[in-house]
Amino acid sequence: MINSEGIHTAPRGGALRRKRIQRFGFLGMTLATALTVTPILLIVAHIYSTGMPAISLPFLTEIPRDGMRAGGILPAIVGTFWLTLGTALVAVPLGVGAAIYLSEYASDNRWTRAIRVAIINLAGIPSVVYGLFGLGLFVLFLGFGTSLLAGSLTLAIMTIPVIISTAEEALRAVPNSFRVVSISLGATQWQTIRRIVLPQALPGILTGIILGLERAAGETAPILFTVAAFFLPRLPTSIFDASMALPYHLFVISTQVPGMPIKIQYGTAVVLLTFVLGMNIIATVIRSRARARRRW
Amino acid sequence: MSVAYSDGTESLRDINLSIPEKATTVLFGPAGGGKSTLLRTLNRLNDLADVVDCQGHVWLDDVDILSPKVDVIELRRRVGMVFARPVVLPLTIRENLTYGLELSGEQNRSRLDDAVERSLHNAALWEEVHDRLDEPASSLSGGQQQRLCLARSLALEPDIILLDEPTSGLDPISTGKVETSLSHLKQDYTIVLVPHSIQQAARTADFAAFFLGGELIEYAVGRQIFTNPRDQRTEDYVEGRFG
Repeated sequence: MINSEGIHTAPRGGALRRKRIQRFGFLGMTLATALTVTPILLIVAHIYSTGMPAISLPFLTEIPRDGMRAGGILPAIVGTFWLTLGTALVAVPLGVGAAIYLSEYASDNRWTRAIRVAIINLAGIPSVVYGLFGLGLFVLFLGFGTSLLAGSLTLAIMTIPVIISTAEEALRAVPNSFRVVSISLGATQWQTIRRIVLPQALPGILTGIILGLERAAGETAPILFTVAAFFLPRLPTSIFDASMALPYHLFVISTQVPGMPIKIQYGTAVVLLTFVLGMNIIATVIRSRARARRRW
Repeated sequence: MSVAYSDGTESLRDINLSIPEKATTVLFGPAGGGKSTLLRTLNRLNDLADVVDCQGHVWLDDVDILSPKVDVIELRRRVGMVFARPVVLPLTIRENLTYGLELSGEQNRSRLDDAVERSLHNAALWEEVHDRLDEPASSLSGGQQQRLCLARSLALEPDIILLDEPTSGLDPISTGKVETSLSHLKQDYTIVLVPHSIQQAARTADFAAFFLGGELIEYAVGRQIFTNPRDQRTEDYVEGRFG
């Protein structure tokens, strides 16, 4: 069929049917999105509405009292802060360094392909396995004991594969022509990486780092055997101290302590969720800022 | 000189060519003839590619630049390159121009500014961009970007400029501007150009080399090769019977 502009069009009936299929598919996808988003929103709303009344300055700045049934959760907040920082100090340089090596220096051969597959698989290992590994290596074999150091290292090992794969992807997304041009202008490979490739890949790398750390901050299993104290009503003073931590504390007060006020449980969940969501928002802001001033 | 890639695609066989100083030498011929490979050998950019075998010598001022002892970084500063597709670095216009100089250790503000102005004049771009040097280079049009790439090579004050089909993506007006600045530049620089058309070859060549299937078929003064070629294959190509 040919319409008034001389363009071939399908017969009318076909067009109608395609339109109907299109509308149907569209509806299906909207429904799928709604089904995914609604429970998340409900959970967040539920936690915040139940937990917010517990949030107060004493709750955030005092140590737990009365078998954790009263007082605040400061030691857990501080513990999670130090754990996340320790994880970042170890995992970021190692992860980004390995990503730079894999993307910029390593040649593509059987070995590097095997390493890549291994990294992807490492990212999928259940976190409790990392916990056991950390217990065996850091707590017992290296003799760090149940400590912030052992916990941070365990979380770092869990986070490194995530950082490597996201950072490598960000580096590979930088057009190769930039590298060739830079080299042709008399730059060394490292100068090219530092001045052209890394700045371009930075937003992607930062996003990967924050998402990895966010996961580390919220994990319970890896810290269970390596750092977390059931109840330790004081702040850690060295990296060899055990410490309370938010996810484990939440687990403890939700399942292990009878007669726990529900308000405190949800209040702890609110603090943890805010910590993690806050990091997520930072990642989003960094990414959109970088996109806005992208120069090509 | 001979060059072979590991997959055996484009290669050069027994090329013997002397490129005169301060003139435009054009390397032309159908695609896959080895022109770009030769060009990329001249500043060792082939080092980045998958070249398995590169035999022979390239003499530049009595130094064999293919020798492993050569300082490749220094060589690339002396032998500039402009690519077919304009690739501006994700920096400002000014930073694109000072990039190579700063890497070589130049920090003097006024010398860098001089280099920016001089190279933009030489690439016939100064009038259009002098009041927006700190804008992203990607905001320029395609033709301006390619002239910026030319200026970026010139900023390093090279002896030789290699151009690999520099106008293939440009409109006729931008092409004209690039060709005009090249015709001025050859008074001070040695230019080796792979043209994007036979017409451009004829317009710009002082000397011309015809490549076919990795071999140098004919090398002569430009006017002669385009009006009175000695080899039948060159004549066929120049007159448009193939390619």
